[in-house]
Order: sequence, then structure tokens, then C-alpha cells
Amino acid sequence: MDTRIFQRSQETGNSDDISHVTTDVKDLIVEKIYEKAESISRKAVRYEGFRESLDKKIDLLLTSKVTGILFMLLLLGVIFWLTLVGANYPSRILAKILFGIQGFLESFLVSIGAPEWVNGFLITGMYKTMAWVVSVMLPPMAIFFPLFTFLEDLGYLPRVAFNLDYFFKRSGTHGKQALTMSMGFGCNAAGVVSCRIIDSPRERIIAILTNNFVPCNGRFPTLMLLASLFIGGLAPDLGWLLAPIAVSGLVVFGVFTTLVVSKLLASTLLKGLPSSFILELPPYRPPHIGGIIIRSIYERTLFVLGRAVAVAAPAGGIIWLLANIKLGNQSLLAQAAAFLDPLGRLVGLDGYILMAFIAGLPANEIVLPILLMGYLAQGSMISPDNFAGLKDLLISNGWTILTAINTMLFSLLHFPCATTLWTIRCETGKARWAIFAAVLTTTVALLVCFIIASLYRLVVWAIL
Amino acid sequence: MDFLLEDSFPRPLVALAGNPNTGKSTIFNALTGMKQHTGNWPGKTVSLARGTFYHKNVRFNIVDLPGTYSLLANSLEEQVARNFILFNRPDVMLVVTDATCLERNLNLVLQIMEITDRIIVCVNLIDEATKKGIYVDSDVLSEELGVPVVATAARRGIGLYELKEMILKVYSGEIKPSPRKVNYGEELEKAIGELVPRLEKTFSDGINPRWLALNIISGDYSIEDIKKLIKVRDKNRGGNAYGYSYFSTVPRNRELR
Repeated sequence: MDTRIFQRSQETGNSDDISHVTTDVKDLIVEKIYEKAESISRKAVRYEGFRESLDKKIDLLLTSKVTGILFMLLLLGVIFWLTLVGANYPSRILAKILFGIQGFLESFLVSIGAPEWVNGFLITGMYKTMAWVVSVMLPPMAIFFPLFTFLEDLGYLPRVAFNLDYFFKRSGTHGKQALTMSMGFGCNAAGVVSCRIIDSPRERIIAILTNNFVPCNGRFPTLMLLASLFIGGLAPDLGWLLAPIAVSGLVVFGVFTTLVVSKLLASTLLKGLPSSFILELPPYRPPHIGGIIIRSIYERTLFVLGRAVAVAAPAGGIIWLLANIKLGNQSLLAQAAAFLDPLGRLVGLDGYILMAFIAGLPANEIVLPILLMGYLAQGSMISPDNFAGLKDLLISNGWTILTAINTMLFSLLHFPCATTLWTIRCETGKARWAIFAAVLTTTVALLVCFIIASLYRLVVWAIL
Repeated sequence: MDFLLEDSFPRPLVALAGNPNTGKSTIFNALTGMKQHTGNWPGKTVSLARGTFYHKNVRFNIVDLPGTYSLLANSLEEQVARNFILFNRPDVMLVVTDATCLERNLNLVLQIMEITDRIIVCVNLIDEATKKGIYVDSDVLSEELGVPVVATAARRGIGLYELKEMILKVYSGEIKPSPRKVNYGEELEKAIGELVPRLEKTFSDGINPRWLALNIISGDYSIEDIKKLIKVRDKNRGGNAYGYSYFSTVPRNRELR
């Protein structure tokens, strides 16, 4: 630090060109203040019969640079493992029951002489989509939500923010973004609203725009299902280990993307210095198990499920109509898929997958059911009432491991759902930020998928 | 400007600052009793409670600033607290600290010491600290900081009389605090030393030149910003020299503009 530097700041009145210097000076000032506070309190404060609380000892382990991050990753893996393993069996049972009822309903409609199209619209369209959403989503949510609420109650989430603060600071954004990001795991719309806790408008916009890069509950089931079918299916003996690792890997990749895109925004469009904040680590509290179950099941699981069903049923009906209304000799659905197919193929997906994501704009939960209906409407006779059948259906439609990976990545990175977009508009007060969020995320999604697809093709070409 | 709440703050003016949850409000309530009212910020939810109390026939006006951990002005609360101390220059600055975690609280004390000299540090919650086996030596603390220290347990009314005594003594000049400021190291101190005389010339009245120098060096303000501040202040001179209008016109961190 020499006088030349601050003279320059006086002349130009612009801190941009000295930002690296000023950050250092600010750090130095804060550091000196902390040093002095520490030295004074060492002299003036006496501890007698005082012992470090258990909280503090645990925090030393859970918030240290190395063990804190390791523990976080391990915890993430364990949660997904518990969810995947635990959800598998009840999912099968639910599917069996719900698709069993489908048979009853169909024969009932036939017996009262309902026309073919009523049967198709109500059963194949609405009921089947709904049954899918329930059987695929309910069990993982019923396990994942209580676990997540448990950590929340325990007071672990502020520690996560603490651990991630360093990375966000490096990205030129606010450490509180770690908290808003964590909220996004529940629901991105809620995550966007929670960005209010960030005071600086610049950093708040960054947090809002990048919140969608962590998977919400609407997308977790898709990720988990595809991971257990395709990644877990790579090695049957190790499937129980590979699938949770794959989902954790995706989450870590989502966080990584959040940081990279934040950094890009912070150094281009939304320039500025990161502001510091003080996060008080609350004491750990023993969670109330009863309260957790009530809150996570009623307020989260059933709420999300209800919303999903409410969207899935009509969407299923509409998709059935699209699949069965013919224009020329092709259905509307097939035409739309054919239109999107070149772009889909380019990024390692296909037209039906892209269309399912577009049709899933109201809620991400219905992407997979819509996709399946699209494939089934093509005339495939497989009825995916079990998971092996589902995998066969996908493979018979040209799915490879690349398709699975890229579908998961696209799900992770693509445009936010309609609710989240609307929330972004409300929170920023400008529609252009919502549009920008959709364009930004979709561009990232297409780019990442294209790179993965190209690498995959390169490897396949090199091997053959 | 219709959002001016008050033309000026009557003197003598005592301002109350401190970290959140240090019992700041308890002390404010204990001092003022029922003689207080709260003013809200236009559009925002930062409120300032204000009140009066008498001690030995002197009528003190007291303002409860928002609870903050620092004055680096990252949030609206910090901005409001800092600008109040900077521009309204209270006659006595009372900083409330929590005896159970004094170290963290001292950061704020040290930052306030950069802006004003007339500081009293109140070490509150000494009863809770004793329960936890933590003892704060007020004499040592006072010696180290260079400002008077009063220990209180405001919820039980302990130390409040001593606190009022100290406020009166600092106000009357019987006790002159001389804060021992943080030494920021040779390089930075040299830079401050070179800047301060020039700032004193440019801004002859009002804002603490050392604080200004620090903020210019750390990039929070440029000379233009400060001139703008002065202009705002001068415009409000006279009728509402101590008006609230500063708070809404003072730029925050440079990054926000």
C-alpha cells in the first residue's frame, strides 16, 4: 500500500480500477480490528470453571475447512442412499396398487359404454400420469423431506452456509447465497423468495438468477429414478452405491455451476465487490421427531405432491389429446417432437425429451410421465408398471447412458418452472430478469449437454 | 421533503449502539421508562426508538440505534447506525456489549471509536456471564480501550445509576475519554497520516478526518462521494441540520450505485 494508489482513487473517484487493492486494504482493516478485539479480551476477560461447550467442539469439526466439507459431502451421500434404498420398495408396491386400480377403472368405463376417447383421455391420459407422479414421487419425498427437516431442526443448515461462504466470496457474491441455495433444494420459488435476506441488490440478483441450479423436490425424483436405472444399472452389484454417488455428484455439479455462473455474472453484468456478513451459528437443538414428521409430511410432502397431482392430471389429459389428434398422418405430439429432434440429438437428447421439458414448464414433476406418454403414444406396447419395464421402454426408444446422463443434467440446469419464473418477476419487479433467468439457465443446460455429448461421441468414435 | 421525521435532535443527545441481543433495548427502557416513541424509516423497517431521561436535573435525549455487528455499512441497519453517529455527532455514545461474548462485541466498539471519542462502554449481562464462569475486568478493559467502562445487569437494575453518572460526567467533560485507536500497521497508518491533513483542509468541519481517510483508502467512498455528502448536509443546514434526510441520500457501498 503506497500513497500513489489512494491518490489515484481520489482523482478518478472510481473504485473499479483499484478493486483488488481496496479489497486487500479492507481485509487488512477488519483483520487489525479483530486482532485488537482479541488481544483486549484476552487481557480483560477471565474464565473460571468455564468449559468449552459441546456445541463449540462439534462446530470445530463440522465447520473446519477440510472436515467440514468432507462431512457435508458424506452426509449428502448418506441422505440420497437412504432415500433411494428406502424408496425403492414402497414405490413398487404403490405402482402395483395404482396400476391395478387402472384396470378396474378401464373395465368400469367399458362396462358403462363410454366411448374409446373418454377412456383414453381419462385413464391413459389423466389417471396414468397421476399414478406415475404419485408412485414415483411420494416415497422418496416421504423419506427425503423428514431427513432434510431433521437437519434443519438440528441447526445444521447455518453450518452449511458457513462452510460454503468461502466459495461464494471467491465468486464475488454474498455468503448468504449458501442459505438461499439450500432453500432451493426444497423449492426454487421458495429459494428465490428467501433471497430477500441479501441486502445488496447486485448480490441478490445473482442469487436469484442462479438459484435454479440446485435441484428442487420436483426434480429430485427424476434424477433419482434415472440414476438408479441407468447409473446403478452399470454395475448390478454396486448399484446401491453408484446411484447415490451419481445423485450427490449431480448436486455437487449444480453447486459448482452456481458458483461458476455467479462468478461470471459478478465479473461481467453485475460487477462489484462482495460484501461481508456475520452469521451467528445458533446452538444445536435436539429435534422434535413428532414435529418433524408432521411438518415434513403435511407441509412439504403432501403439499408438493398435491401440487404435482393437480398439474399432472390435466397436463396428462392434454398430452394424451396432443398424442391422439392427428394432423396429416402424424399426431401433434409426434410433429412437435420431430421438430425438436435435431436440436435434441445435437445435445445428446431427443425431440421427445425436449418436448417433455417444455410441457413440464408448469411443474418439473410431470416431465418424466409426459415423456413416457410420448413414447407410449408412438405405439410401443410396453406398459411400464415396473421399473425394469420402464428401463426397457426407454432403451427401446434409443436411450443410452449418454441420454440418461444428459437428461439428468438438463433437468438440473434447464429453465425454472413457471412458478419460479413468476416469483423471480415479482421479487425483482422486472419481467426481464425472469426472461434472462430462463435464457441463462437454458443456455447453460444446452451448452453442458452439448459438451458431454461431444465428449461421449469422441470417446465412442476413438474406441470403435 | 415530507419524509423528514424531525427537524433536529434536541441536546444533550445520547446514542445507544450495540450488537443484537446484548440487552440494548432493556437498557434503553430502563433509562427512559415510558418516555419514548418510535419513528419508522420511510419505506423500510428500520426503526429508531427515542426517549428522554433526567439525571441530576439534566434532561438527556436518547436514541436507540439498530443493533449491528459492525459499521461497515453492508446492511441498511449498519448504514443507519453509522450515519447517525457520523452526522448527528451524539454528545455521549453509549455502546452496549455482551459480557458472555465480549470479544465479538469489541469489534463494534473499536469501529465506533474511529468515528467519535465520547464513548462509554457498557458491559451488560454480567449476571449471565458469572453463571457461565466468565468474568470481565472493567478496569483492565477501560485501560485497554481508553474509554470509561460500566458493568451492568440491566434486567435486574444493577449498574444503571453508575451508568447515568458516567453519562453525565462524560457530557459535562468531567471525564474525557481518549480512545486508544487500532493501529493498522505502518503502511496504512502512513497513508492515513498523509491523507488526514489534506482532508482536514478540504472538509474543515464535521466529519472525523481519520475515519474519512480510512474509508477513502478502503475504497468505500471517493472524494466525490464525500463532497456530495457535505452538499446534502449543507443544504439541510439551518432548520433541519440534524434531519433524517442524510440517511436516504448518503450512498451506500460504492458497489451499490
